[in-house]
Amino acid sequence: MDAMYDLGGKQGFGRIRYAKGARAFHEPWEVRANALYALAVRFGILNMDEYRHAIERMEPRHYLTASYYERSLTGLATLCVEKGLVTRDELERRAGGAFPLSQPSAPGRTNLATRERFRPGDRVRVRQDVVPGHVRVPAYVRGKTGVVESESPAYPFPDAHAHGIAAEDEPTYDVRFRSDDLWPHSADPATIYVGIFQSYLERAP
Amino acid sequence: MPDQDRVVHRTAPIEKRVEAIQSVIAERGENVAQALEELGHVAQEQWIPQNGARVVARAWVDPEFRKRLLANGREAVAELGFTMPKHHRHLVVLENSPSVQNVICCTQCSCTAFSLIGLPPDWYKDLEYRARVVRESRTVLKEMGLDLAAEVEVRVWDTTADTRYMVLPERPAGTEGWTEERLAGIVTRDGLIGVARL
Repeated sequence: MDAMYDLGGKQGFGRIRYAKGARAFHEPWEVRANALYALAVRFGILNMDEYRHAIERMEPRHYLTASYYERSLTGLATLCVEKGLVTRDELERRAGGAFPLSQPSAPGRTNLATRERFRPGDRVRVRQDVVPGHVRVPAYVRGKTGVVESESPAYPFPDAHAHGIAAEDEPTYDVRFRSDDLWPHSADPATIYVGIFQSYLERAP
Repeated sequence: MPDQDRVVHRTAPIEKRVEAIQSVIAERGENVAQALEELGHVAQEQWIPQNGARVVARAWVDPEFRKRLLANGREAVAELGFTMPKHHRHLVVLENSPSVQNVICCTQCSCTAFSLIGLPPDWYKDLEYRARVVRESRTVLKEMGLDLAAEVEVRVWDTTADTRYMVLPERPAGTEGWTEERLAGIVTRDGLIGVARL
């Protein structure tokens, strides 16, 4: 889905709020929220792709204003309700107020039937597919051509794994792009590497 | 906030929402409070950038280890006793040189090799870094205090799959003869992310 989370290359954001030695956590509830998500994975309540997708489905205004760990908690809570661990009413009763959750999920998909194996040096193009469910290729490389740098071991295919759909694990490729090809005349010169699943790629001329 | 039919009452404070979810998770297993304490401890005390720093220091003093690290990061860090979560199946170590600066990011969320680098700092997870570092890499690095010469190639690695990345910074001049431990002491988290040079 094309949603608010897919931020790469979006313009209009201000300076990085950088501080040396910046911390990962600031409040005890953040540590707890992070631990709850980790425990939910350990208990088999959710997998990483379901979790990522649940965050991606947050209502855009909520997504942009929530802190990182609020987004994490919202994703976890959404899955707890969707998987029937608790009703939304019961969750809100326990929280003593409204508990904003993510938007409903749209269907996922399985691997591309015609996917092929690539080798370092191969020129590849990112397919133009637009899908309603979870997808893990950033919009800024869609339709763009790059060069395969290396192959990683096979992982669960996110578009299926986030939706409980059967699929084969497939390799990802670190694909190299020129920033000027991604954003002509409006990017700092750089080489951009993106980890891309096999099903998102086709051979480029 | 999001659902129009549910704005009749105020959003619960975040701490209350955390407690509500904890009560749900607690129904799914034994000793949940203790497990959460342990997970919180691991996240803060065991997944720390000093792990990555030790890997870098070893790579600086041991050329054979460096080769293994660049060939298969996950296996090489395991030699030093460092584990990575199951879903981090592959670690790619990115070597800086006088003419190359590698930088890692995650434009879609906050993926990192956190068992080696530590859980990411605020700015790494902020919308600004995620949106801008791929498109305005040099500008962003300069804002963060790293002003690179024009001839240095910037390589930005977006963590969009489950492969994880860590930067291998250059060993600073003047550290000849230092012990591995002393070398590890000068490697910073921001150096492992690639937004600082040592």
